[in-house]
Amino acid sequence: MFSTVATLLRKELRLELRTPQTVPAMALFSVTTFVVFHFALQARSVEGDLAAGVLCVTILFAAILGVNRLFVADHEEGGFDGFLLAPVDRTALLVAKALSLLAFLVLLELVAVPAFILLLLEPGLGVSALARLALVLFLVDIGIAVLGTLVAALAIQTRTRDLIVPIVALPLLIPVVIAAARGTAPLLAAAGAGALPGRWLALLGLYDLVFGLLAYAVFDFLLEE
Amino acid sequence: MTAASLLAASTLPDNVGYVAAAYLVFLALILVYVAIMASKLARVERELGELNRLADGGGAGSAPGADAQTQAEAEQAVQEPVA
Amino acid sequence: MTKLYGTGLRPLSLATALAVTVAFGFAFFYAPLDADQGFVQKIFYVHVPMAIVALGGFVFGAIMAIQHLRTGDRRYDLRSYVAIHLSIVLGVGVLVTGMIWAQASWGVWFEWREPTLVSFLIVFLLYCTYQPLRFSIEDPEKQARYASVFAITAGAFVPLNFLAVRLAETYIHPRVFASAEGALPASMQLVFLSSLVAMTLLYLTLWRYEMAAKHTSAQLKSLRRKLGGDESAPARVRSAAPAVTTP
Repeated sequence: MFSTVATLLRKELRLELRTPQTVPAMALFSVTTFVVFHFALQARSVEGDLAAGVLCVTILFAAILGVNRLFVADHEEGGFDGFLLAPVDRTALLVAKALSLLAFLVLLELVAVPAFILLLLEPGLGVSALARLALVLFLVDIGIAVLGTLVAALAIQTRTRDLIVPIVALPLLIPVVIAAARGTAPLLAAAGAGALPGRWLALLGLYDLVFGLLAYAVFDFLLEE
Repeated sequence: MTAASLLAASTLPDNVGYVAAAYLVFLALILVYVAIMASKLARVERELGELNRLADGGGAGSAPGADAQTQAEAEQAVQEPVA
Repeated sequence: MTKLYGTGLRPLSLATALAVTVAFGFAFFYAPLDADQGFVQKIFYVHVPMAIVALGGFVFGAIMAIQHLRTGDRRYDLRSYVAIHLSIVLGVGVLVTGMIWAQASWGVWFEWREPTLVSFLIVFLLYCTYQPLRFSIEDPEKQARYASVFAITAGAFVPLNFLAVRLAETYIHPRVFASAEGALPASMQLVFLSSLVAMTLLYLTLWRYEMAAKHTSAQLKSLRRKLGGDESAPARVRSAAPAVTTP
């Protein structure tokens, strides 16, 4: 199982490295969205709750772009059939795709968060606050990766997958948004970074666990011919 | 009697509209659902009528054929003596 | 042998009619007036049971979906579809009565500080995507399978979502509709329970009703095919509803 996942993951990452499409698009989208937010909110800078909201929404919508593209290459190039013929555990594809989406999201945030700090964030961000922010965002990324892979797999067989992915994924991701916004708001406060409430980490952990197990259980049914 | 005592209650005149609206929404939902199911039922009845005609038409279809055959035989019988 | 859904429908609907009459009668003539909210509180007896039954319907749909995936029997998919479809209809009622209650109590159309209403809105928006998802998959067998995966995912999402929204709101604001739970006097509890029973019976009746209607249409189609040959029945048009196969 692990070797299958490793092989598939290596293929995914190599594909993206060779012809970078998804990650640059997600990164560019997020920076542009920050500019849009500046004009939409008519704010020179944001802090606290508003900052958390802008950051979370931007990452969420950029992630949707990545989710939309997740299985497209396999579907169009016939990669599914080849995979289905191989005598391997099919859930390995789920794990590999989720891990690759997680990697894309981390790379996205490596661009988006500094851009956010430079463009819109009013207070500076100290190292410890940054570390705590990274922790929250990592758990958020796991949640988006797991759920995004499940929804992408669900939508890949539909005729209108670009429409189905956002409308199905966004409600399902609302608990993640709640935890992300509430968790990061004290870290982005103008008066200096506050404590990170543990309950939001717990909520994110629970979400990741529940949907991780669920996706693992149902994924086989999505790949049957 | 209890209705009269309710009328005596202070908050009744202001808020009856809201409560009535809420219960009416519930009722309307059910009635709309029943109406949709009724139209589906009407369609089913119509199709049943068509199927009945289809079933009868199969039986009636053979009858004219039989008539034509006996008619042809009769014609031939009439023709024979002449020829 | 196909199951006949029409049997038992009459006693069920009579029981429902009786239960609803009794429950609403209780609500208006037996239940005491609420100290804080007055007469408006009576909306609670129609709004909350509808919400509970709608959510129960979503969970029932998820259970039917699990059975469908486990056994491959497409009848479970039909049961799941009807259950979810009915819960969405009830969901509309929940949201509208909830908004009426909010307007009557607080003068706003939607109260973000009421966690149950907010989480119900999220769940409703999620299940609204069920039909478009089904419709966009053409192959009936795939459609049924993918719809079942969705139903299970959404069913697991419901409790998680309620927890998350609860955490989000109670952190800042206290519960707005305080009488919606917690210490209800015994008389109110009785009325609430009778209303809940009535709503559940209503759901079951409508579910049976719709299953019977779908089965009838399917049998009609196969009858048409038997009588008129294969050309007389129109080719299966693309739809979101599950295909019902009859022997």
